Amino acid sequence: MAKVYEVVKVFGTVGSPFAKRVQIALELKGVQYTFFEEDLRNKSELLLKYNPIHKKVPVLVHNEKALVESLVILEYIDEVWGSDQPILPQQPYHKALARFWSKFIDDKYMPAITKAAFSANKEEREKGSEETVEALEHLENELKDKFFGGESIGVVDIAAGHIAFWLPAIEEAVGLKLLTSDKFPKLHKWGHEYTNHPAVKKNLPQRERLVAFFKARYASIITASK
Amino acid sequence: MADEVVLLDFWPSPFGMRIRITLAEKGIKYEYKEEDLRNKSPLLLQSNPVHKKIPVLIHNGKPICESLIAVQYIEDVWSNRNPLLPSDPYHRAQARFWADYVDKKVYDLGRKIWTSKGEEQEAAKKEFVEALKLLEEQLGDKTYFGGDNFGFVDIALVPFYTWFKAYETFGNFNIESECPKFIAWVKRCLQKESVSKSLPDPHKVYEFVVEIRKRIGIE
Repeated sequence: MAKVYEVVKVFGTVGSPFAKRVQIALELKGVQYTFFEEDLRNKSELLLKYNPIHKKVPVLVHNEKALVESLVILEYIDEVWGSDQPILPQQPYHKALARFWSKFIDDKYMPAITKAAFSANKEEREKGSEETVEALEHLENELKDKFFGGESIGVVDIAAGHIAFWLPAIEEAVGLKLLTSDKFPKLHKWGHEYTNHPAVKKNLPQRERLVAFFKARYASIITASK
Repeated sequence: MADEVVLLDFWPSPFGMRIRITLAEKGIKYEYKEEDLRNKSPLLLQSNPVHKKIPVLIHNGKPICESLIAVQYIEDVWSNRNPLLPSDPYHRAQARFWADYVDKKVYDLGRKIWTSKGEEQEAAKKEFVEALKLLEEQLGDKTYFGGDNFGFVDIALVPFYTWFKAYETFGNFNIESECPKFIAWVKRCLQKESVSKSLPDPHKVYEFVVEIRKRIGIE
Protein backbone atom coordinates (compact mmCIF):
# COMPACT_ATOMS: atom_id res chain seq x y z
CA MET A 1 0.00 0.00 0.00
CA ALA A 2 1.30 3.47 -0.85
CA LYS A 3 2.05 5.50 2.21
CA VAL A 4 0.43 8.93 2.59
CA TYR A 5 3.61 10.86 1.77
CA GLU A 6 4.25 9.04 -1.51
CA VAL A 7 3.25 10.90 -4.64
CA VAL A 8 2.81 8.79 -7.73
CA LYS A 9 1.95 10.16 -11.17
CA VAL A 10 1.52 8.33 -14.45
CA PHE A 11 1.71 10.09 -17.81
CA GLY A 12 0.01 8.23 -20.61
CA THR A 13 -2.84 8.13 -23.04
CA VAL A 14 -6.14 6.34 -22.52
CA GLY A 15 -5.46 3.99 -25.44
CA SER A 16 -1.75 3.27 -24.90
CA PRO A 17 -1.03 -0.39 -24.19
CA PHE A 18 2.33 0.61 -22.71
CA ALA A 19 0.76 3.04 -20.23
CA LYS A 20 -1.81 0.37 -19.34
CA ARG A 21 1.03 -1.95 -18.31
CA VAL A 22 2.12 0.56 -15.70
CA GLN A 23 -1.43 1.20 -14.52
CA ILE A 24 -2.19 -2.50 -14.15
CA ALA A 25 1.02 -3.04 -12.16
CA LEU A 26 0.18 -0.19 -9.80
CA GLU A 27 -3.35 -1.59 -9.46
CA LEU A 28 -1.97 -5.01 -8.50
CA LYS A 29 0.20 -3.41 -5.83
CA GLY A 30 -2.64 -1.27 -4.50
CA VAL A 31 -0.76 1.96 -5.23
CA GLN A 32 -2.77 5.15 -5.68
CA TYR A 33 -1.66 7.49 -8.44
CA THR A 34 -2.76 10.46 -10.52
CA PHE A 35 -3.13 9.86 -14.24
CA PHE A 36 -2.12 12.65 -16.60
CA GLU A 37 -3.60 12.18 -20.04
CA GLU A 38 -1.33 13.36 -22.84
CA ASP A 39 -2.21 14.56 -26.31
CA LEU A 40 0.69 13.05 -28.25
CA ARG A 41 0.35 15.64 -31.01
CA ASN A 42 0.79 18.37 -28.43
CA LYS A 43 2.97 17.03 -25.65
CA SER A 44 2.83 18.78 -22.30
CA GLU A 45 5.77 20.66 -20.78
CA LEU A 46 5.71 18.23 -17.89
CA LEU A 47 6.05 15.20 -20.15
CA LEU A 48 8.97 16.76 -22.01
CA LYS A 49 10.58 17.64 -18.68
CA TYR A 50 10.20 14.10 -17.30
CA ASN A 51 11.18 12.27 -20.51
CA PRO A 52 13.49 14.58 -22.44
CA ILE A 53 15.31 11.77 -24.20
CA HIS A 54 12.49 9.74 -25.78
CA LYS A 55 9.60 12.21 -25.22
CA LYS A 56 7.17 9.30 -24.95
CA VAL A 57 4.55 7.83 -22.69
CA PRO A 58 4.35 6.15 -20.28
CA VAL A 59 6.29 7.98 -17.60
CA LEU A 60 6.06 7.04 -13.94
CA VAL A 61 6.93 9.83 -11.54
CA HIS A 62 7.50 8.63 -7.98
CA ASN A 63 8.19 11.37 -5.46
CA GLU A 64 9.39 13.54 -8.36
CA LYS A 65 11.76 10.88 -9.71
CA ALA A 66 10.89 10.06 -13.32
CA LEU A 67 11.10 6.60 -14.84
CA VAL A 68 10.52 5.71 -18.47
CA GLU A 69 10.30 2.58 -20.66
CA SER A 70 7.41 0.41 -19.55
CA LEU A 71 9.38 -2.78 -18.84
CA VAL A 72 11.93 -0.83 -16.77
CA ILE A 73 9.02 0.75 -14.90
CA LEU A 74 7.42 -2.65 -14.19
CA GLU A 75 10.63 -3.91 -12.57
CA TYR A 76 10.87 -0.72 -10.52
CA ILE A 77 7.26 -1.07 -9.33
CA ASP A 78 7.94 -4.66 -8.35
CA GLU A 79 11.08 -3.72 -6.41
CA VAL A 80 9.60 -0.74 -4.59
CA TRP A 81 6.14 -2.08 -3.79
CA GLY A 82 7.23 -5.72 -3.44
CA SER A 83 5.59 -8.19 -1.03
CA ASP A 84 2.50 -10.21 -1.76
CA GLN A 85 1.71 -9.60 -5.42
CA PRO A 86 5.07 -10.18 -7.13
CA ILE A 87 5.14 -9.31 -10.81
CA LEU A 88 8.49 -10.96 -11.51
CA PRO A 89 9.50 -14.42 -10.30
CA GLN A 90 11.99 -14.52 -7.45
CA GLN A 91 14.04 -17.45 -8.72
CA PRO A 92 16.84 -16.16 -11.01
CA TYR A 93 16.25 -18.56 -13.90
CA HIS A 94 12.49 -18.00 -13.97
CA LYS A 95 13.14 -14.27 -13.71
CA ALA A 96 15.47 -14.47 -16.72
CA LEU A 97 12.78 -16.34 -18.69
CA ALA A 98 10.15 -13.74 -17.73
CA ARG A 99 12.47 -10.96 -18.91
CA PHE A 100 13.17 -12.88 -22.13
CA TRP A 101 9.49 -13.24 -23.04
CA SER A 102 8.63 -9.64 -22.11
CA LYS A 103 11.45 -8.45 -24.35
CA PHE A 104 10.29 -10.84 -27.09
CA ILE A 105 6.86 -9.22 -27.04
CA ASP A 106 8.39 -5.74 -27.43
CA ASP A 107 11.11 -6.67 -29.93
CA LYS A 108 9.20 -9.12 -32.13
CA TYR A 109 5.42 -9.10 -31.65
CA MET A 110 4.82 -5.33 -31.37
CA PRO A 111 6.75 -4.28 -34.50
CA ALA A 112 5.19 -7.19 -36.42
CA ILE A 113 1.57 -6.26 -35.66
CA THR A 114 2.26 -2.58 -36.42
CA LYS A 115 3.75 -3.63 -39.75
CA ALA A 116 0.85 -6.02 -40.45
CA ALA A 117 -1.82 -3.41 -39.84
CA PHE A 118 -0.30 -0.05 -40.64
CA SER A 119 2.37 -0.35 -43.32
CA ALA A 120 1.58 1.71 -46.40
CA ASN A 121 2.77 -1.05 -48.71
CA LYS A 122 0.60 -4.18 -49.16
CA GLU A 123 3.58 -6.53 -49.36
CA GLU A 124 4.94 -5.10 -46.11
CA ARG A 125 1.56 -5.70 -44.47
CA GLU A 126 1.53 -9.32 -45.64
CA LYS A 127 5.05 -9.83 -44.35
CA GLY A 128 3.99 -8.24 -41.06
CA SER A 129 1.09 -10.69 -40.79
CA GLU A 130 3.45 -13.63 -41.25
CA GLU A 131 5.79 -12.24 -38.61
CA THR A 132 2.90 -11.64 -36.21
CA VAL A 133 1.69 -15.23 -36.61
CA GLU A 134 5.22 -16.49 -36.02
CA ALA A 135 5.49 -14.45 -32.83
CA LEU A 136 2.08 -15.65 -31.63
CA GLU A 137 3.14 -19.25 -32.30
CA HIS A 138 6.14 -18.87 -30.00
CA LEU A 139 3.91 -17.40 -27.29
CA GLU A 140 1.26 -20.12 -27.76
CA ASN A 141 3.98 -22.74 -27.22
CA GLU A 142 5.32 -20.95 -24.17
CA LEU A 143 1.95 -20.70 -22.41
CA LYS A 144 1.64 -23.67 -20.05
CA ASP A 145 -0.72 -22.53 -17.30
CA LYS A 146 -3.66 -20.22 -16.85
CA PHE A 147 -1.30 -17.25 -17.19
CA PHE A 148 2.28 -16.83 -18.40
CA GLY A 149 3.03 -16.14 -14.73
CA GLY A 150 1.44 -19.45 -13.64
CA GLU A 151 -1.67 -19.34 -11.49
CA SER A 152 -1.48 -15.57 -11.11
CA ILE A 153 -0.57 -12.85 -13.58
CA GLY A 154 3.01 -11.75 -13.95
CA VAL A 155 5.18 -9.44 -16.01
CA VAL A 156 4.82 -11.47 -19.22
CA ASP A 157 1.00 -11.37 -18.98
CA ILE A 158 1.13 -7.63 -18.40
CA ALA A 159 3.53 -7.15 -21.31
CA ALA A 160 1.35 -9.36 -23.52
CA GLY A 161 -1.78 -7.36 -22.74
CA HIS A 162 -1.83 -5.94 -26.27
CA ILE A 163 -2.63 -9.41 -27.61
CA ALA A 164 -5.66 -9.79 -25.33
CA PHE A 165 -7.34 -6.47 -26.11
CA TRP A 166 -5.62 -4.29 -28.69
CA LEU A 167 -5.01 -7.03 -31.25
CA PRO A 168 -8.68 -8.00 -31.57
CA ALA A 169 -9.56 -4.30 -31.94
CA ILE A 170 -6.94 -3.89 -34.68
CA GLU A 171 -8.18 -7.03 -36.41
CA GLU A 172 -11.72 -5.66 -36.47
CA ALA A 173 -10.60 -2.21 -37.61
CA VAL A 174 -8.39 -3.25 -40.52
CA GLY A 175 -9.85 -6.62 -41.45
CA LEU A 176 -7.16 -9.02 -40.22
CA LYS A 177 -7.70 -12.49 -38.82
CA LEU A 178 -4.52 -13.52 -37.05
CA LEU A 179 -5.36 -14.64 -33.51
CA THR A 180 -7.79 -17.41 -34.47
CA SER A 181 -9.04 -19.76 -31.76
CA ASP A 182 -8.34 -22.90 -33.79
CA LYS A 183 -4.72 -21.96 -34.35
CA PHE A 184 -4.16 -20.36 -30.92
CA PRO A 185 -6.51 -22.07 -28.44
CA LYS A 186 -4.33 -21.35 -25.40
CA LEU A 187 -3.75 -17.70 -26.23
CA HIS A 188 -7.45 -17.26 -26.91
CA LYS A 189 -8.39 -18.65 -23.53
CA TRP A 190 -5.61 -16.64 -21.90
CA GLY A 191 -6.98 -13.46 -23.51
CA HIS A 192 -10.36 -14.02 -21.84
CA GLU A 193 -8.81 -14.80 -18.46
CA TYR A 194 -6.51 -11.80 -18.66
CA THR A 195 -9.08 -9.20 -19.68
CA ASN A 196 -11.42 -10.47 -16.96
CA HIS A 197 -8.83 -10.21 -14.20
CA PRO A 198 -10.08 -7.48 -11.83
CA ALA A 199 -6.88 -5.40 -12.01
CA VAL A 200 -6.99 -5.49 -15.81
CA LYS A 201 -10.74 -5.12 -16.37
CA LYS A 202 -10.98 -1.75 -14.69
CA ASN A 203 -8.03 -0.43 -16.66
CA LEU A 204 -9.06 -1.29 -20.22
CA PRO A 205 -9.94 1.47 -22.69
CA GLN A 206 -13.34 1.51 -24.42
CA ARG A 207 -13.25 -1.00 -27.25
CA GLU A 208 -15.40 1.02 -29.70
CA ARG A 209 -13.16 4.07 -29.30
CA LEU A 210 -10.09 1.92 -29.85
CA VAL A 211 -11.55 0.35 -33.00
CA ALA A 212 -12.49 3.81 -34.30
CA PHE A 213 -8.98 5.07 -33.59
CA PHE A 214 -7.40 2.18 -35.50
CA LYS A 215 -9.86 2.56 -38.38
CA ALA A 216 -8.89 6.21 -38.72
CA ARG A 217 -5.20 5.40 -38.56
CA TYR A 218 -5.52 2.70 -41.22
CA ALA A 219 -7.58 4.96 -43.47
CA SER A 220 -5.04 7.77 -43.32
CA ILE A 221 -2.19 5.42 -44.19
CA ILE A 222 -4.05 3.91 -47.13
CA THR A 223 -5.01 7.37 -48.39
CA ALA A 224 -1.46 8.67 -48.04
CA SER A 225 -0.11 5.70 -49.99
CA LYS A 226 -2.27 6.36 -53.04
CA MET B 1 27.86 -28.99 -6.60
CA ALA B 2 30.25 -27.49 -9.08
CA ASP B 3 28.62 -25.01 -11.47
CA GLU B 4 28.86 -25.79 -15.14
CA VAL B 5 28.90 -22.61 -17.17
CA VAL B 6 29.10 -22.55 -20.96
CA LEU B 7 29.05 -19.51 -23.24
CA LEU B 8 28.02 -19.90 -26.88
CA ASP B 9 29.56 -16.89 -28.57
CA PHE B 10 31.14 -15.39 -31.68
CA TRP B 11 34.37 -13.50 -31.10
CA PRO B 12 33.47 -10.09 -32.67
CA SER B 13 30.02 -9.93 -31.05
CA PRO B 14 29.71 -6.98 -28.66
CA PHE B 15 26.79 -8.81 -27.07
CA GLY B 16 28.98 -11.83 -26.34
CA MET B 17 31.67 -9.52 -24.97
CA ARG B 18 29.20 -8.22 -22.38
CA ILE B 19 28.81 -11.71 -20.93
CA ARG B 20 32.57 -12.42 -21.09
CA ILE B 21 33.27 -9.26 -19.09
CA THR B 22 30.58 -10.11 -16.52
CA LEU B 23 31.86 -13.65 -16.00
CA ALA B 24 35.38 -12.26 -15.56
CA GLU B 25 34.18 -9.60 -13.11
CA LYS B 26 32.56 -12.32 -11.02
CA GLY B 27 35.53 -14.66 -11.31
CA ILE B 28 33.41 -17.44 -12.81
CA LYS B 29 35.10 -20.25 -14.70
CA TYR B 30 33.37 -21.18 -17.92
CA GLU B 31 33.74 -23.00 -21.20
CA TYR B 32 33.82 -20.72 -24.23
CA LYS B 33 32.35 -22.21 -27.39
CA GLU B 34 32.94 -20.37 -30.65
CA GLU B 35 30.02 -20.64 -33.06
CA ASP B 36 30.24 -20.57 -36.83
CA LEU B 37 27.23 -18.42 -37.63
CA ARG B 38 26.95 -19.88 -41.13
CA ASN B 39 26.80 -23.35 -39.62
CA LYS B 40 25.13 -23.08 -36.22
CA SER B 41 25.66 -25.95 -33.80
CA PRO B 42 22.78 -28.20 -32.68
CA LEU B 43 23.48 -26.97 -29.14
CA LEU B 44 22.90 -23.36 -30.19
CA LEU B 45 19.73 -24.16 -32.11
CA GLN B 46 18.43 -26.16 -29.18
CA SER B 47 19.41 -23.55 -26.59
CA ASN B 48 17.96 -20.58 -28.46
CA PRO B 49 15.19 -21.99 -30.65
CA VAL B 50 13.33 -18.66 -30.79
CA HIS B 51 16.12 -16.39 -32.10
CA LYS B 52 18.86 -18.90 -33.04
CA LYS B 53 21.42 -16.25 -32.04
CA ILE B 54 24.48 -15.91 -29.89
CA PRO B 55 25.35 -15.21 -27.17
CA VAL B 56 23.73 -17.89 -25.06
CA LEU B 57 24.79 -18.52 -21.49
CA ILE B 58 24.18 -22.08 -20.34
CA HIS B 59 24.24 -22.61 -16.57
CA ASN B 60 23.99 -26.22 -15.41
CA GLY B 61 22.27 -27.08 -18.68
CA LYS B 62 19.78 -24.21 -18.59
CA PRO B 63 20.09 -21.64 -21.40
CA ILE B 64 19.71 -17.91 -20.88
CA CYS B 65 19.41 -15.82 -24.05
CA GLU B 66 19.75 -12.06 -24.70
CA SER B 67 23.00 -10.53 -23.39
CA LEU B 68 21.58 -8.05 -20.87
CA ILE B 69 19.25 -10.71 -19.48
CA ALA B 70 22.22 -13.07 -19.10
CA VAL B 71 24.26 -10.35 -17.37
CA GLN B 72 21.42 -9.73 -14.90
CA TYR B 73 21.06 -13.46 -14.37
CA ILE B 74 24.75 -13.75 -13.47
CA GLU B 75 24.28 -10.80 -11.12
CA ASP B 76 21.26 -12.50 -9.47
CA VAL B 77 22.96 -15.86 -9.02
CA TRP B 78 26.45 -14.68 -8.01
CA SER B 79 25.12 -11.75 -6.03
CA ASN B 80 27.75 -11.84 -3.31
CA ARG B 81 30.66 -10.95 -5.59
CA ASN B 82 31.31 -7.56 -7.14
CA PRO B 83 27.78 -6.13 -7.51
CA LEU B 84 27.22 -4.68 -10.97
CA LEU B 85 23.88 -3.00 -10.36
CA PRO B 86 23.11 -0.36 -7.72
CA SER B 87 21.13 -1.51 -4.69
CA ASP B 88 18.65 1.38 -4.79
CA PRO B 89 15.61 0.66 -7.07
CA TYR B 90 15.62 4.10 -8.73
CA HIS B 91 19.29 3.88 -9.65
CA ARG B 92 18.80 0.31 -10.83
CA ALA B 93 15.99 1.54 -13.08
CA GLN B 94 18.27 4.27 -14.43
CA ALA B 95 20.97 1.69 -15.17
CA ARG B 96 18.44 -0.49 -16.98
CA PHE B 97 17.20 2.51 -18.93
CA TRP B 98 20.69 3.44 -20.15
CA ALA B 99 21.58 -0.13 -21.05
CA ASP B 100 18.35 -0.27 -23.05
CA TYR B 101 19.31 3.05 -24.70
CA VAL B 102 22.65 1.54 -25.75
CA ASP B 103 20.77 -1.40 -27.31
CA LYS B 104 18.35 0.88 -29.15
CA LYS B 105 20.94 3.33 -30.45
CA VAL B 106 24.57 2.30 -30.54
CA TYR B 107 24.33 -1.07 -32.28
CA ASP B 108 21.79 -0.09 -34.95
CA LEU B 109 23.38 3.24 -35.79
CA GLY B 110 26.86 1.70 -35.84
CA ARG B 111 25.64 -0.97 -38.21
CA LYS B 112 24.10 1.65 -40.50
CA ILE B 113 27.43 3.45 -40.63
CA TRP B 114 29.36 0.49 -42.04
CA THR B 115 26.59 -0.84 -44.28
CA SER B 116 25.24 2.32 -45.90
CA LYS B 117 26.45 5.20 -48.04
CA GLY B 118 25.65 8.78 -48.91
CA GLU B 119 22.82 10.54 -47.09
CA GLU B 120 21.76 7.50 -45.10
CA GLN B 121 25.28 7.08 -43.77
CA GLU B 122 25.62 10.79 -42.96
CA ALA B 123 22.37 10.71 -41.01
CA ALA B 124 23.49 7.62 -39.10
CA LYS B 125 26.85 9.21 -38.24
CA LYS B 126 25.17 12.34 -36.95
CA GLU B 127 22.74 10.39 -34.78
CA PHE B 128 25.54 8.11 -33.56
CA VAL B 129 27.66 11.04 -32.39
CA GLU B 130 24.59 12.59 -30.72
CA ALA B 131 23.98 9.33 -28.85
CA LEU B 132 27.59 9.17 -27.66
CA LYS B 133 27.41 12.81 -26.55
CA LEU B 134 24.27 12.08 -24.58
CA LEU B 135 26.05 9.16 -22.95
CA GLU B 136 29.01 11.44 -22.17
CA GLU B 137 26.58 13.82 -20.47
CA GLN B 138 25.18 10.95 -18.47
CA LEU B 139 28.70 9.88 -17.46
CA GLY B 140 29.53 13.43 -16.32
CA ASP B 141 32.54 13.50 -14.02
CA LYS B 142 32.11 9.95 -12.81
CA THR B 143 34.84 7.36 -13.29
CA TYR B 144 32.34 4.87 -14.68
CA PHE B 145 28.64 4.96 -15.54
CA GLY B 146 28.23 2.96 -12.35
CA GLY B 147 29.94 5.75 -10.35
CA ASP B 148 33.12 4.71 -8.56
CA ASN B 149 32.46 1.12 -9.50
CA PHE B 150 32.38 -0.42 -12.94
CA GLY B 151 28.84 -1.65 -13.56
CA PHE B 152 25.94 -2.64 -15.77
CA VAL B 153 25.91 0.30 -18.16
CA ASP B 154 29.71 0.21 -18.57
CA ILE B 155 29.41 -3.49 -19.46
CA ALA B 156 26.56 -2.82 -21.90
CA LEU B 157 28.50 -0.10 -23.72
CA VAL B 158 32.25 -0.70 -23.70
CA PRO B 159 32.27 -3.66 -26.15
CA PHE B 160 31.13 -1.38 -28.99
CA TYR B 161 34.52 0.35 -28.76
CA THR B 162 36.04 -2.64 -30.56
CA TRP B 163 33.91 -1.70 -33.59
CA PHE B 164 34.92 1.99 -33.61
CA LYS B 165 37.84 1.53 -35.98
CA ALA B 166 35.43 -0.08 -38.47
CA TYR B 167 32.85 2.70 -37.99
CA GLU B 168 35.51 5.41 -38.34
CA THR B 169 37.11 3.94 -41.46
CA PHE B 170 33.91 3.28 -43.37
CA GLY B 171 32.19 6.38 -42.01
CA ASN B 172 35.21 8.58 -42.54
CA PHE B 173 35.11 10.35 -39.20
CA ASN B 174 37.01 10.42 -35.93
CA ILE B 175 35.13 9.50 -32.80
CA GLU B 176 37.73 10.69 -30.29
CA SER B 177 37.74 14.22 -31.69
CA GLU B 178 33.94 14.35 -31.41
CA CYS B 179 33.67 12.60 -28.05
CA PRO B 180 36.95 12.80 -26.11
CA LYS B 181 35.34 12.11 -22.71
CA PHE B 182 33.82 8.94 -24.10
CA ILE B 183 37.20 7.65 -25.26
CA ALA B 184 38.76 8.63 -21.93
CA TRP B 185 36.12 6.47 -20.21
CA VAL B 186 36.87 3.59 -22.60
CA LYS B 187 40.56 3.79 -21.71
CA ARG B 188 39.74 3.63 -17.99
CA CYS B 189 37.62 0.53 -18.62
CA LEU B 190 40.41 -1.10 -20.65
CA GLN B 191 42.68 -0.84 -17.61
CA LYS B 192 40.51 -3.45 -15.96
CA GLU B 193 41.65 -6.98 -16.70
CA SER B 194 38.07 -8.25 -16.94
CA VAL B 195 37.57 -5.86 -19.86
CA SER B 196 40.94 -6.03 -21.65
CA LYS B 197 40.94 -9.84 -21.60
CA SER B 198 37.36 -10.04 -22.90
CA LEU B 199 37.64 -7.68 -25.84
CA PRO B 200 39.22 -8.56 -29.19
CA ASP B 201 41.70 -6.29 -30.95
CA PRO B 202 39.81 -3.55 -32.84
CA HIS B 203 42.10 -4.17 -35.84
CA LYS B 204 40.89 -7.74 -36.04
CA VAL B 205 37.28 -6.56 -35.83
CA TYR B 206 37.99 -4.08 -38.63
CA GLU B 207 39.41 -6.85 -40.83
CA PHE B 208 36.36 -8.96 -40.06
CA VAL B 209 34.08 -6.11 -41.16
CA VAL B 210 36.10 -5.71 -44.39
CA GLU B 211 35.41 -9.41 -45.05
CA ILE B 212 31.67 -9.16 -44.39
CA ARG B 213 31.33 -6.10 -46.56
CA LYS B 214 32.89 -8.05 -49.43
CA ARG B 215 30.67 -11.01 -48.70
CA ILE B 216 27.45 -9.02 -48.65
CA GLY B 217 28.51 -6.95 -51.65
CA ILE B 218 29.10 -3.46 -50.29
CA GLU B 219 31.89 -1.81 -52.23
